[in-house]
Amino acid sequence: MAKVLMKGNEAIALAAIKGGVDAFYGYPITPQNEVPEYLSKHLLANGKVFLQAESEVSAINMVYGAAGAGKRVMTSSSSPGIALKQEGISYIAAAELPCVICSVMRGGPGLGSIQPSQGDYYQATRGGGNGDYQLIVYAPESIQETIDIMKDAFNIADYYRNPVMVLVDGLIGQMMESVDFDKPVKERKLPEKDWATTGTLNHPGRRNIANSLYLDPAELEQHNIDLQKKYKRIKENETKYELINFDNPEYVIVAYGTMARICRSAIQMLHEEGIEVGMIRPISLFPYPEIAFDKIPKTIKGILTCELSMGQMLDDVLIANNGRHKVGFFGRAGGMLPDPEEIVEAIKNFTERVVK
Amino acid sequence: MWETKYEKSQGLTDTKLSYCPGCAHGIVHKLVAETLVELDILDKSIAIASVGCSVFSYQFFNCDAQQAPHGRACALATGVKRVLPENIVFTYQGDGDLASIGIAETIHAANRGENITVIFINNAIYGMTGGQMAPTSLIGQKTTTSQDGRVAEVHGNPIKISEMFATIGGVAYLERVSVYDPKHVINAKKAIKKAFQYQKEKRGFTMIEVVSTCPVNWGMTPVDAMKWAKSDMEPEYPLGVFKDKGAE
Repeated sequence: MAKVLMKGNEAIALAAIKGGVDAFYGYPITPQNEVPEYLSKHLLANGKVFLQAESEVSAINMVYGAAGAGKRVMTSSSSPGIALKQEGISYIAAAELPCVICSVMRGGPGLGSIQPSQGDYYQATRGGGNGDYQLIVYAPESIQETIDIMKDAFNIADYYRNPVMVLVDGLIGQMMESVDFDKPVKERKLPEKDWATTGTLNHPGRRNIANSLYLDPAELEQHNIDLQKKYKRIKENETKYELINFDNPEYVIVAYGTMARICRSAIQMLHEEGIEVGMIRPISLFPYPEIAFDKIPKTIKGILTCELSMGQMLDDVLIANNGRHKVGFFGRAGGMLPDPEEIVEAIKNFTERVVK
Repeated sequence: MWETKYEKSQGLTDTKLSYCPGCAHGIVHKLVAETLVELDILDKSIAIASVGCSVFSYQFFNCDAQQAPHGRACALATGVKRVLPENIVFTYQGDGDLASIGIAETIHAANRGENITVIFINNAIYGMTGGQMAPTSLIGQKTTTSQDGRVAEVHGNPIKISEMFATIGGVAYLERVSVYDPKHVINAKKAIKKAFQYQKEKRGFTMIEVVSTCPVNWGMTPVDAMKWAKSDMEPEYPLGVFKDKGAE
């Protein structure tokens, strides 16, 4: 397949098919509707499962059921819809079932807007579900990167028996880019799904149970310890980030997704003015690339965190920075997208954000 | 010479049931388990446990199982059945789980004609959490959250699930039964067996509502609870077949 011009949401859907998705369960919400629309046509035509649920709550629980049955299953939604899915996400993470959740962020809080935003960083990395659990969260900056990540997402989910979230904003969902679906995916030796609830006929002598209930406190604590061990392995093996213009920067920007692309332009503009600015672009938001901060030259004047939110990833920047450098913040919210000039100005007028 | 006249169904595990003495859950578990064995579907069954007293039913039914969040059993069952259409999938839910928090999931699974079986235990109260009012509680019934008795104008009316679901297109079989005496236990078994038989034949959504008991939270002896199920529950929740696509 040669390069094709494709809309982000449709590319997400096709990449899911390339990644081997068996079933999709979802509920309409803007700005991600082209994902289910595309899948409704192409999954059913190929004998796979597509089902529009009666709510996001139901959709994520259908995902639970199908994931528990051992199939490659996904859902997609946007901010308020992801909020409704949080209960199910916690259960899926607790029961250690693999699935892929695509989140196409829009402005919030509440009903907010349907314009692009990064206001759901907390929702993705801290979650609204109960208990100590983590999703594996990837935040690509282009449609090509979204495709590459989507194709690998099912493998990662199966490998770790953990939900993977692909987090983009409405801009990536709605724009079109020239993309290639044939880039090879990292080979992983995937464990057999011998835990799947497919009927004891398929695994005589053993009952398979998908469950998150542990009434014995010691048992539940051990379950939590085991989950943390898994998250540590994920941190060691799946942390992804990109360093940009890191030779001898005066400042370092930290930005992801659409904001990182705007910052790329700003970095070029600053370079032309003789101001060298580097960038850490986290691709995995959990695990967060704290290790990248060790590579920042001691001589920099400061770190500028840029987000399409009022400052959520900023928390992880402060943790990763651990007091080493001054940290400033630039953010727009509600669907407002900054021009690169605004980032240029923010670097020129760098001030440390007052930190609580 | 000894001859085995009766033994526990192979459809149940050896795990001790967690239900209170005199509770009818044990009877219904037995009927479901026997059905799975008699229809030779136990080894391809996936039980969906709900939240409530039957939260541990995944430990009792001797087949694969998934434990659902509160109210979401029919969504899980849909998710499983759509990817494993040749398996048998059933939920086991109480009235709080099905008729309150999970009513949307249940109605839409029924409306889509999901080829699953729902065992719905209606005992007019929240058992697991200690006797709070359920949507199915009777008018005048005293619960920990309707201490002077349920009043329609304040607490709403007893919700009639079988009557409501009889109007839904995707429902293939729907019967309300009780287990307050041996005759009714035998009939309940027939109904449950018919529901699973229909699922085997891929006819659509099947549900058996069981008018059940909760001696502890009703504040009655098991015997009085069975009597109350007949004298007070049955008039509000009349027994019978509400829908049978096979008979149409």
